[in-house]
Amino acid sequence: MDIIACLKRVPLTAEAEVKVDATGKGIIKDRLTFDMNESDTYALEQAILTKEKSGGTLTVVSVGYPEAEETLRIALAKGADNAIRVKAEDFDNLDGYMTAQLINLALKDKKYDLVLTGCMATDDYNSQVGIILAELLGITHASFVTKIEIDEGRAQAYRELEGGLLEHLDIQLPALFTIQTGINEPRYASLIAIRKAAKKEITVLGKNELPIDPLANVILDELYPPPVGKRAEIIVGAPDESAGKLAHVLKEKGLV
Amino acid sequence: MTQIMTLVEHRQDSIRDISFETLTMGRKLARQNNGKLTAILLGHETASAAESLKSWADRVLVANHETFKNFNAETYQIALSALLKQEKPRLLIIGHSLCGADLAPALATELSIPFSTDCLSAEIAGDALKIVRQIYDGKLNARLTIRNAATHMITLRSGSCPAEAADLIGTIEKFEPVIASPEYRRFIEYIEAAVGDVDITRADVLVGIGRGIKEQANIAMIDDFAKAINGVLACTRPVVDAGWLPKDRQIGSSGKTVKPKLYIALGISGAFQHTAGMKGADTIIAVNKDPNAPIFNEADYGIVDDLFKIVPVLRNKIGELKK
Ligand SMILES: Cc1cc2nc3c(=O)[nH]c(=O)nc-3n(C[C@H](O)[C@H](O)[C@H](O)COP(=O)(O)OP(=O)(O)OC[C@H]3O[C@@H](n4cnc5c(N)ncnc54)[C@H](O)[C@@H]3O)c2cc1C
Ligand SMILES: Nc1ncnc2c1ncn2[C@@H]1O[C@H](COP(=O)(O)O)[C@@H](O)[C@H]1O
Repeated sequence: MDIIACLKRVPLTAEAEVKVDATGKGIIKDRLTFDMNESDTYALEQAILTKEKSGGTLTVVSVGYPEAEETLRIALAKGADNAIRVKAEDFDNLDGYMTAQLINLALKDKKYDLVLTGCMATDDYNSQVGIILAELLGITHASFVTKIEIDEGRAQAYRELEGGLLEHLDIQLPALFTIQTGINEPRYASLIAIRKAAKKEITVLGKNELPIDPLANVILDELYPPPVGKRAEIIVGAPDESAGKLAHVLKEKGLV
Repeated sequence: MTQIMTLVEHRQDSIRDISFETLTMGRKLARQNNGKLTAILLGHETASAAESLKSWADRVLVANHETFKNFNAETYQIALSALLKQEKPRLLIIGHSLCGADLAPALATELSIPFSTDCLSAEIAGDALKIVRQIYDGKLNARLTIRNAATHMITLRSGSCPAEAADLIGTIEKFEPVIASPEYRRFIEYIEAAVGDVDITRADVLVGIGRGIKEQANIAMIDDFAKAINGVLACTRPVVDAGWLPKDRQIGSSGKTVKPKLYIALGISGAFQHTAGMKGADTIIAVNKDPNAPIFNEADYGIVDDLFKIVPVLRNKIGELKK
């Protein structure tokens, strides 16, 4: 079984301060840390587990700046055979649609039975690159998948819907699945494997190798902090004081 | 004339709430642009559903076929792409639900319709579409322009255009859809979420923990606290993903929807997929060390601090007040 996994390097913003830069269209990145997108770590693990079971090759692809090669090397250390970086620096207005077009072209001469992506990138919240890619590749897809069983050219895929309801689908391969978090337990790469992966070659493709003028669906006009809605009343003070005040509020409201 | 269309989503024989939100948005856009709103319903035994949609749209376009009983991105895409080629709407709005998000990117790409997902609002601007989305874990909003085209498509985030009932008298029109028997993607069945030992939807007081709990060993302390205030422990998705609490404790769009009298969120950032499940709580308290965490936009009271410092003190103080 030949497998492709798409990996994106993203800033970790859940606990960080995210500030708009002077252009109004970017964020200040110097104090942010970056890592493989969360659901992509699960997609990668699913790819490795599948390869371990049924053999074949695993190719990982990322559209990104040179730093994305760090992410690809982690994947190589965990068990990917080949890695491709598509040069983000060669393409303007890179959005989800353009990203999918670039991955589609980068996969042109590749064989695959299974293509896996994450279900959502935590930087752009798009949940679209995998599904667009499936359409461009001309293969079927299922998104937000939390369980896959593969048997003889077909996959039993389970999508997780609202309320935790599972949708069981029977899908013909080749297919693309966008993987939801929690489907498996992503492994860590060993230090030795990371050292070895540092020496592996990564195929880098840019404008010259990918002869298209990809189209963007959207152009970013402006980034701004979300308008404050019903903002919480912040209770200040040292823990003793703030927690004490909060206890009183709860008591007054008859909640405790 | 400007035609706005929305796709009605249904599951297990009932129309999903998101459908009324897309219809509300569609109606507003249709009015602003002197246009008409069409609701598309692909379903099976659709008579009563179609009837109930009449007041929400100028036209209800219905295809009745057993293939459409359950959502299937493949059969839906085949039917909708044929329909859109005929109808050529100015805009199609689909809910950013787990089914809408599965369908829209493929459908739009097949038809080369420029689109965007998870939109909070949209405005028709000539041949372009201006939209607002939320990015970077909800910490920034983005204003974007979808490139010029005769037709655009968006998926709408739930909760961003609350449903407002209307009193339109829509016409019901049947259409003969292109039917494909699902070849590549067959729907087998729905599997209901497992029922656990506690039902968090019935608790008056819920204490929710998020990734800020850091490790499994820290959960016991919060569980004690929850019990001390007659509450029940609940959590965000990452806590379930890590295997620290069972799935039936998860609050949010892919977990449970709860409406307790009191919800205390500890070390939870407030992603919209989480808040979607707990917005209805009467009183929401958040403890988070990040002053910019989106959870503070949902909470009534907040403390910006380390939860491990706050919880023990809070527990003691509540204990003292109870005496
Ligand atoms: C299709 C889909 C469905 C989803 N469904 C759900 C769902 O049903 N429910 C759900 O919850 N999520 C769901 N998610 C995931 C969601 O997008 C978020 O990733 C998740 O809610 C984040 O959980 P969190 O707040 O625990 O973690 P994080 O976002 O990582 O936040 C952790 C927070 O803890 C704070 N913190 C850290 N340490 C401390 C400390 N010592 N004291 C105080 N604060 C601290 C940090 O400042 C941060 O704000 C879904 C995602 C997708 C794509
Ligand atoms: N630049 C990228 N390079 C490689 N894969 C990507 C890239 N952007 C998105 N993806 C994949 O598509 C998934 C969904 O991303 P998105 O549509 O941006 O939310 C991600 O989880 C990745 O697996």
